[in-house]
Amino acid sequence: MRDITEDDLHAYADGLLEPGRRLEVEAWLAGHPEDAARVRAWAEQNRLLHEAFDAALNEPVPLPLLRAARLRRRPAGPVWRVAAAVLVAVGSGALGYGLGLQAAVEPAAHAALPREAALAHVVFSPEVRHPVEVQAGEADHLVAWLSKRLGSQLHAPDFESQGFELLGGRLLAGGGGPVAQFMYEDAGGRRVTLYVRRDAAARGGTGFRRAREDGVEVFYWIDRDLGYALSGEVARADMQRLADAAYRQISR
Amino acid sequence: MDRQARLIEHIPRLRRYARALTGEAARADDLVQDTLERALAKLDLWRPGSDLRAWLFTLMHNLFVNQVRAAGAQAHCDLDEAADVPVGGNQLDALALHDIHAAIARLPAEQREVILLVGLEQFGYAEAARILGVPLGTVMSRLARGRERLRQGLSAEPAARLKVVK
Repeated sequence: MRDITEDDLHAYADGLLEPGRRLEVEAWLAGHPEDAARVRAWAEQNRLLHEAFDAALNEPVPLPLLRAARLRRRPAGPVWRVAAAVLVAVGSGALGYGLGLQAAVEPAAHAALPREAALAHVVFSPEVRHPVEVQAGEADHLVAWLSKRLGSQLHAPDFESQGFELLGGRLLAGGGGPVAQFMYEDAGGRRVTLYVRRDAAARGGTGFRRAREDGVEVFYWIDRDLGYALSGEVARADMQRLADAAYRQISR
Repeated sequence: MDRQARLIEHIPRLRRYARALTGEAARADDLVQDTLERALAKLDLWRPGSDLRAWLFTLMHNLFVNQVRAAGAQAHCDLDEAADVPVGGNQLDALALHDIHAAIARLPAEQREVILLVGLEQFGYAEAARILGVPLGTVMSRLARGRERLRQGLSAEPAARLKVVK
């Protein structure tokens, strides 16, 4: 066995070792309590950093930043308008004047549901260790919390028969108010998200619809006062199965 | 997805890093804005297929370093070497506030960057080295020193704190 170095200890705390080396470091730590205490402290520092700063991921992005990310030599495309709808809180319509935002923040924007959902999917699904605000372990608390914020009883569908497990969820600021996002993952690390927002615009609900937004498959529908969009970069047939399951469980 | 949409996708994470790096929400967003503007100006230089996120963090690092330098005399205190002067009793009391915000802000900028890139933004050590434009060994030594300082600063036990003063 190679000697355990200081760098190995850091890589262990950061979860960066390959499995074989990880076992060797674990064996070393079992016999070296001072090193074990340091490694625990470092891992705790990482945890504290996430606790202190992850909130920044969920805040609506200020308009000047969205504007700064916009190519000037091209007219505002649909992606840009949708990004604004997702990330800018309600009431900023006036600020959006002249930026092509007006259309996106108007209430009749429910056609934008799949695009909003796809964007929220690409923003949050690549997060490695902290993809969600509330873990699935606290599923009851998670659903109660998001239900309260949306002012509607929500359900997190169970995708176990489809091979996807609930990771947790987070609250986002959408173009029309708060939005809940549930995230699921399968054994291969593929992720799908369910985006839920209030959608009073379409009373009585809609049927099942499908869209493809920038490489993301989105199945969406409106049921009673809520709009749902399931997004994932997975095969359409798999998405279809998941969406059917969600639809069945939610509208039951 | 086009390049512009890809930039937008990275804003939340750039904001998180900038917030932790500068310790100030307004200054952080200024830094993100400068980064995005520079990225747009240079977008043609970015090779599709390479890691856009790492490239954006590289741009942000360069801007941040310039800011720290421009701060003049302040920059001297931020040097790695100066940071290893033992901290005195009063400073330690302040550090014992269990406040990760304060503890992070007290780190020399070089150590803070490494700790945040690795611990918060989950870059690998080699990626962090590329972003910062320093050798891997430098990343590891800054990481080690920064984490030890943080550990002492966050420690609740008086005994552990006394050890530092010794």
